Amino acid sequence: MTNDMRSAGVCLRCRVFFRYTTVFVLVVALLAAAMAEENRAESADSRVWISQSGLFEVSYKSQQHPITINRMHSWVLHVETADGQPVANADITLLGGMPEHDHGLPTSPRMTQYLGNGEYLMEGIRFHMHGSWEITITISAGGDRDTVVILLEL
Amino acid sequence: MTLGKGVNTGNRLAGLIGLAAVVGLVAWWFNRAVDPSPWTEIETEMLRSLWIGSLPPLAPDPSNAVADDPRAAKLGQQLFFDQRLSANGRVACATCHQPERRFTDGRAKGQAIGTSKRNTPSIVGTAYSPWLYWDGRKDSLWSQALSPLEDPNEHAGTRMQYVRLIATDSSYRAAYEALFGPMPDLSDRSRFPDAAAPVAEPQLNAAWQAMTARDRELVNRIFVNIGKSIAAYERLLMPGPSRFDAYVQAVLDRDEAAQHATFSDDEIMGLRLFIGEANCTQCHNGPLFTNHEFHNTGVTTFPSEVPDKGRIVGVRSVKSDPFNCLSAYSDDPVKDCAELYFARTGPELIGAMRTPSLRNLEGTGPYMHKGQLATPAAALDHYNRASLAMIGHNEAKPLKLSRRERMQLENFLKTLAAPLATPTEWLEAPADNDARLAALADSAP
Repeated sequence: MTNDMRSAGVCLRCRVFFRYTTVFVLVVALLAAAMAEENRAESADSRVWISQSGLFEVSYKSQQHPITINRMHSWVLHVETADGQPVANADITLLGGMPEHDHGLPTSPRMTQYLGNGEYLMEGIRFHMHGSWEITITISAGGDRDTVVILLEL
Repeated sequence: MTLGKGVNTGNRLAGLIGLAAVVGLVAWWFNRAVDPSPWTEIETEMLRSLWIGSLPPLAPDPSNAVADDPRAAKLGQQLFFDQRLSANGRVACATCHQPERRFTDGRAKGQAIGTSKRNTPSIVGTAYSPWLYWDGRKDSLWSQALSPLEDPNEHAGTRMQYVRLIATDSSYRAAYEALFGPMPDLSDRSRFPDAAAPVAEPQLNAAWQAMTARDRELVNRIFVNIGKSIAAYERLLMPGPSRFDAYVQAVLDRDEAAQHATFSDDEIMGLRLFIGEANCTQCHNGPLFTNHEFHNTGVTTFPSEVPDKGRIVGVRSVKSDPFNCLSAYSDDPVKDCAELYFARTGPELIGAMRTPSLRNLEGTGPYMHKGQLATPAAALDHYNRASLAMIGHNEAKPLKLSRRERMQLENFLKTLAAPLATPTEWLEAPADNDARLAALADSAP
């Protein structure tokens, strides 16, 4: 009788404790996930984008942090081959648009300077709407030509 | 008994820990739910971006050395209201750009010597725009100010006439020389005729072509300086804070009472639609409610006219404009003309027109580039239907908003109304203009 009571009491204690601990752990996990989401958003433009045929790996650094609409600014594109060699003397074109709205960028950005070490200055970039943008960059170097599409949420 | 007590203590401890977790969870949830602002963080940032407090100070205009010189603004104000700057002595800039109507005229199309091709846009806040005119065929305020002066339907005069007015009116001449240096001697009528300009009218054009290149250049410089003075004046015309801005201030301050004292529920709902479902902020964004860009929104053509090609022609025109940013008439030694250099063209600009600021909405109808839509309600109806464009491609998609939603949007738009931030002495003809004109009349034989 006494033993039965004890075992029943411990089990009840276990259950209550387990239940509240689970809630607590869930809350902590939720908060952690939210924080991780924030960190990902901050580091969006350090991401490496791989071109469609896999020839080039491209990353960009915007002159503006964060990118705001209606301000002309420049990007520095870093272009590497798939095996990590910086690509020099490439011809680069940049087109942008919003697929949802069937329109392009309000400007015609251009590559204006090769900065060395696979880095290219792209000037004249401006976004004039919030929403989903697709930046299509075509790279021609040493007889190779490939396109990379960078997705951007403003 | 002892054991039973031990069980009780253990239960109580577990209960307490559990209770603390629940209280924590509830407190977190509760705080989240009763955030003093009903707007999400993203929405609040959108509101902040539309707020007049987000309007940056006006950037200097290196192409105009007198852009921020108050003496130039004063001269520009006099010129803006002076009807002598016209072929018949009865048209001033202020004839169509009427200060009491936020520098518009209440007509579908401007009415001066003749009828203008398009609707008279407001000037308020346009100093922030990289492009002027509905089709953006000018890239500076000063360059824009020159065109109507020689447009046969607007002021219809000639640069030679205007330059001579500055040279012969002693007050203008003194103001001009203080800003730009000595005025050349223009008294020789064989070198400087009464009327001459590179315009379509054959006689005026012939008179202009007969002048030497050097003399034409002298006249052009003075003509451009007239534009730069008017631009200095126009740079002062700025929108003031509206009820909407007071509401955003209350949202940013998390002052719920002030929010409800400032906006009705319908206005709040209208604002929600404006930044959300109704897609308005795709073009009417930023503190001036315009992205200063060009869009084809399928506005029907003006009755009996072929559709207006808009920006596709404007961009070609500005690139070859003799007074553009790259011209020798710009005062910028390095000719920093990124806007012109990176200006885009292409078929999507067919029928595209510049987004106007909604801060100038109140009392400035009829709306659109030829005044096709009489009221804000008609404009909202237009976007709600989003019919096919007559030329090019309509970027807008049908909104399918209910009548009530459109009414809420309209109520919200009314909250943007506000007096200008510009001191009133700039919003009327300068006091000394009348006195000077009266003196001139008295001295006439």
